[in-house]
Amino acid sequence: MKRVITVTVLNQSGVLNRVTGLLMKRQFNIESITVGHTEQANVSKMTFVVHVADETKLEQLVKQLSKQIDVLKVNDITEKSIVLRELALIKVVSPANLRHEMNSIVEPFRPQIIDTSKNVVTYQVVGQPDKIDAFIELIRPYGIKELTRTGVTASVRESQPIETPQLSILK
Amino acid sequence: MAANVSTTDEQKDAIATTQLQTEVTNKPRNGADVLIQALHDQKVDIVFGYPGGAVLHVYDALYRNPIRHILTRHEQGAIHAAEGYARVLNKPGVVIATSGPGATNLVTGIADAMIDSIPLVVFTGQVATNVIGSDAFQEADIMGITTPITKHNYQVQDVNDIPRIVKEAFHIANTGRKGPVLIDFPKNISASVFDEALAESSREEELYLPGYQPNTKPNFLQIQKAIQAIGEAKQPLILADAGVLFADARQELSEFAEKYKLPVINTLLGLGSIHGQHELNFGMAGMHGAGVANDAIQKADLLINIGARFDDRLTGDTKLFAPNATIIHIDIDPAEIGKNIPTAIPIVADAKEALTALLKKDFEGPDTTDWLAYLYEKQHDTPYWYVEDEKEILPQQIIEMVHTITNGDAVVTTDVGQHQMWAAQYYKLNHDHQWVTSGGLGTMGFGFPAAIGAQFAKPDKKVITFCGDAGFQMTLQELALLNEFNLPVKVVIVNNGALGMVRQWQELFYDGRYSQSLMPVQPDFVKLAEAYGVKGYRINTLDEAHTILEEALNSDEPVVIDARVKQLENVYPMVPAGKSLDDIVGVKKF
Repeated sequence: MKRVITVTVLNQSGVLNRVTGLLMKRQFNIESITVGHTEQANVSKMTFVVHVADETKLEQLVKQLSKQIDVLKVNDITEKSIVLRELALIKVVSPANLRHEMNSIVEPFRPQIIDTSKNVVTYQVVGQPDKIDAFIELIRPYGIKELTRTGVTASVRESQPIETPQLSILK
Repeated sequence: MAANVSTTDEQKDAIATTQLQTEVTNKPRNGADVLIQALHDQKVDIVFGYPGGAVLHVYDALYRNPIRHILTRHEQGAIHAAEGYARVLNKPGVVIATSGPGATNLVTGIADAMIDSIPLVVFTGQVATNVIGSDAFQEADIMGITTPITKHNYQVQDVNDIPRIVKEAFHIANTGRKGPVLIDFPKNISASVFDEALAESSREEELYLPGYQPNTKPNFLQIQKAIQAIGEAKQPLILADAGVLFADARQELSEFAEKYKLPVINTLLGLGSIHGQHELNFGMAGMHGAGVANDAIQKADLLINIGARFDDRLTGDTKLFAPNATIIHIDIDPAEIGKNIPTAIPIVADAKEALTALLKKDFEGPDTTDWLAYLYEKQHDTPYWYVEDEKEILPQQIIEMVHTITNGDAVVTTDVGQHQMWAAQYYKLNHDHQWVTSGGLGTMGFGFPAAIGAQFAKPDKKVITFCGDAGFQMTLQELALLNEFNLPVKVVIVNNGALGMVRQWQELFYDGRYSQSLMPVQPDFVKLAEAYGVKGYRINTLDEAHTILEEALNSDEPVVIDARVKQLENVYPMVPAGKSLDDIVGVKKF
């Protein structure tokens, strides 16, 4: 199963290596990983999308990550109400005669054109990973020259659906 | 001049010391001085190490401000000695090695300490920071190499961080689930001048480790649940492992077991957590454990695991392990709970704290009369056994004799393989912290240097190491230390001229194809010992075995005993790897 895990770490040298090395050693597959600073100085946050076999493996993943001295907090936010975002830069062949057509069919995805040249245009798309997948499929027939994706970053929404005991029984 | 001639050695020393002190006070302290002072502050009384280019400043500082330093003959010897020291004193062992090959020679020992939770603080030299990453002479990425096999590691980037890092390292190594911490120390940092003004302010600073707060106190509700489960159980069983030893909870364990008449079994590394001949002790469980101990696991309806990590050598097939039992698991490391075996009642706590909490509650215990009666009968029916041989000595007999002669009081270290299992089976330990063995990693070459460390830790104790002939040859260069420090370690080589355990598996699972497991050519161990200035003995027959062992083991000097034993003897009982504990073979005489 696919899980979204956020890991808050002290921004020490080697901390990324510690975390990814641990995932490799314990045989977890990382689908994507993003890292960046947070509002606190010297604290960074990583967002992982990982595949785990079952609940036990997931529990191990969280516990092993928590054990790292430089790791402050580990959260599995998959089940929470969250905002998931990824950014992609897609360079597509776009001769002048097709450019208008292309721009109109991609319009629902609200991409930004961040660079153009005589025959090539570069789109920037932001959104859920599946939105980006759909965008890529849409634009692929025109000829993708280059594609780069950032991987997913995530944030937990301020207001979460209230979970009453009754509701969790119903689940 | 006449006055000068008659200057005594003492006076000379006094003059030298004064000169040294003046020199020290006049010279600003460098990183190496600060490091050595930090070790003094941690009350380190012995360091095992080996110098080299990148740690020359450190060794120079050690010369100015001495801590007892044991120069082993190989870095692997140093780290295993530190492990032996740490294991018997239950406090961190300290190791220093140089960069590159010095550091990589420590890797086996670091991995060994990691998997067996042995507290170590390891210092490695490193090339100067301006050439790190340039493939400089004797450069190795020891941070990258040791990240997965240390509890934590540091590379010092600023000379003024040294006091903090050393303090943190000792704290991390020796608290929570213990383990090795490595500090990589670039040469230029060890030469940099230390800012004494900053030192004053940092000395009083509290440790700040927001990501490291091990939980030692048990959760009240979980203790309640455990009590209820124990009260309701019909066939409860305590599995005691090294967690009890690291927490110094032997006393509490015995009290708890006695109070509620609960049978206790051990893992290999938990031996000594209860007296070897305690009436509630049913021995070691696992691959080569006692028939009764393994049977008890399979029959128990409640298994109280205290500080064991349900290693595969204990559990066999995890799906078929303790099929009838509710599992209570007390462990200081939350990640061990539920890792291998589903756990009903997890208790994240220090073993001593948890046992104390359990002891404080007076509750109605289970009636274990029938259960104990069953176990006593089983124990009586399935003792460890061997079939005496007319011509050859059996390895088990050697260990039994050593046990009798030393009355179960010696500190015992072992190497890895058949002799290790026989030592675990036949050397019944009277105390805690007298058993030093490489359990998790199974490191050949561990036993002998570990005995050296143990002897330094306990100079007044008899220290015995059981080694195989092959394992001994992996680190035998440390024989030089026995002579140099007159360390009365007793080396008992259980010599079967083979890699016994490999040979046994080849006999049982590979139709006796002894591929590379026999060692027909060996040194003359007696002469080898003598070459190092150590007394050597050889035992060829059973008749002479007792006399020679008696003489050798009661000597005040180091000895090497080459005991020639039967090559084709196997360790039984045995649970074949990956099988259920129910599939144990060789419980009774063939």
